[in-house]
Amino acid sequence: MAMTNQELQKTANEVRKSIITALHAAGAGHPGGSLSSTDIFTYLYFEEMNIDPKKVSDPDRDRFVLSKGHCAPGLYSVMAEKGYFPKEELTTLRKLGSRLQGHPSMQYLPGLDMSSGSLGQGISAACGMALSAKLDNKDFRVYTLLGDGELQEGQVWEAAMFAGFRKLDNLVVIVDNNGLQIDGPVDKVCSPYPIDKKFEAFNFHVINIDGHNFDEIKAAFEEAKKTKGMPTAIIAHTVKGKGVSFMENQAGWHGKAPNDDEYKQAMEELERIGAAL
Amino acid sequence: MSEVKKIATRESYGNALAELGDEFPNLVVLDADLAASTKTAVFQKKFPERHIDCGIAECNMMGIAAGLATTGKIPFVSSFAMFAAGRAFEQVRNSVGYPHLNVKIGGTHAGITVGEDGASHQCNEDFALMSVIPGMVVMCPADDIEAKACVRAALEHEGPVYIRFGRAACSIINDRPDYKFEIGKGSVIKEGTDVTIIATGICVDSAIGAAEKLAADGISAEVINICTIKPLDKELVIASAKKTGKVVTVEEHSVIGGLGSAVSDALSESAPTPVKKLGMQDKYGESGTAGELVHKYGLDADGVYASVKEFLK
Repeated sequence: MAMTNQELQKTANEVRKSIITALHAAGAGHPGGSLSSTDIFTYLYFEEMNIDPKKVSDPDRDRFVLSKGHCAPGLYSVMAEKGYFPKEELTTLRKLGSRLQGHPSMQYLPGLDMSSGSLGQGISAACGMALSAKLDNKDFRVYTLLGDGELQEGQVWEAAMFAGFRKLDNLVVIVDNNGLQIDGPVDKVCSPYPIDKKFEAFNFHVINIDGHNFDEIKAAFEEAKKTKGMPTAIIAHTVKGKGVSFMENQAGWHGKAPNDDEYKQAMEELERIGAAL
Repeated sequence: MSEVKKIATRESYGNALAELGDEFPNLVVLDADLAASTKTAVFQKKFPERHIDCGIAECNMMGIAAGLATTGKIPFVSSFAMFAAGRAFEQVRNSVGYPHLNVKIGGTHAGITVGEDGASHQCNEDFALMSVIPGMVVMCPADDIEAKACVRAALEHEGPVYIRFGRAACSIINDRPDYKFEIGKGSVIKEGTDVTIIATGICVDSAIGAAEKLAADGISAEVINICTIKPLDKELVIASAKKTGKVVTVEEHSVIGGLGSAVSDALSESAPTPVKKLGMQDKYGESGTAGELVHKYGLDADGVYASVKEFLK
């Protein structure tokens, strides 16, 4: 049974609360991109992917690779929400002995399909997984999420060339286009635009969407499934720090954790959003 | 020692892959536009659907291999050592080593014996780069027999493996009926009492030649072939050093971070012994034939002989 938009929004809001809670407990980490990707994470893990938290080694499961590995708090939070591990564990983020390493490590946490963190590398691994499905005539699909700043890494385009050439139509590349990177707006640092035309040039089917609109997110993934003979790139236009007023569209919230007061305010805002849904 | 036929270990690599393709159905071979040179084309001919040419994009190729490995494939990633271990170092470190994925890397055309291409292509750093990655096995076979054994051992081993192969044809030195290969085990090629010469790859042949010359001078040299640089056969190295009291290492690699360093590390911990490290002395190579270069840099039998004599003075 498909979830309603309202159910998805409520789930995403819970994930955002987990992100803020985890980052506050850790005292470090990346809220901006985690929050901008939350709706994508939520749709992937609750609607799109053929996965089961109880069967993390199922060879036929769909795969997800967080190429923008620094948004691990977003991924961990949605995994906890889905039941991969207890939500209480989220407050161990980045701490000694935690399974929730600063960047995703499959050696630590079952359910992760790949370790990532060094930008540009996850998309290549995702291509390898998609290629494996093709070699074995398997039906599983592979999803990978990239940052827009990450597109500055040359390896992304090596992988894109490979995926387009090999017609990996079981691969969906999602770009979290929140427009900001550590040093400022992506188009002031080293512009990746036009992102859609670049992926088109690499023989991708490209879909531009509002990355916070579940109707558009759903339609895009449906369209990707119907697209044969080429991989799909979904360019999700998002707001960095989405859901927390003082974090929205602020490059400064790329990689720092909220202090006690900020944590309180952020959670109050998210509680209000949740109550209104 | 048999002089029947000289064969480059890269040839052995391609042949071994093709021979093992049926036995290891999960084996897939990746290359970066060098299949004719790395000899993976031999495998490609027999198993075209399991040979993936990734084009000239080694960093992506390493990630593709990592992704394939997560699904149970055993990828053998091939390129020149310079690009497999050098250019894609961080991909090997983060996408293969850190998740401890079952990826095998075949770095061909290593060392100065690449020859005429010159220093840009002469990788004298791959042992160092690959050895610092936790969990990585690093091997360098000395001949055709050992190269093929390495490929099989790598496929049977669970976890990342780097194997260096050479461009230049080399003599067969392991054609003994009792030859047995095991990762992490060195072998005594010739027993001796005055000095231990520990070599790897094509330098084993030079060490054997040097030992013959030394014998003519009344010097008894023990020759050890170390194929696995990491994990090093410390027991064998320490036992021989304790017996002879002097160690010379020979490798077609920088003397920093390779076989010589690994041997020195092992000895300094439990059997301090003077060690003379022969190899590239913190220098780049240059264009020339393989023979000219190993002679110039003192890695042929004459060069090793002269260095050992000097060291024993």
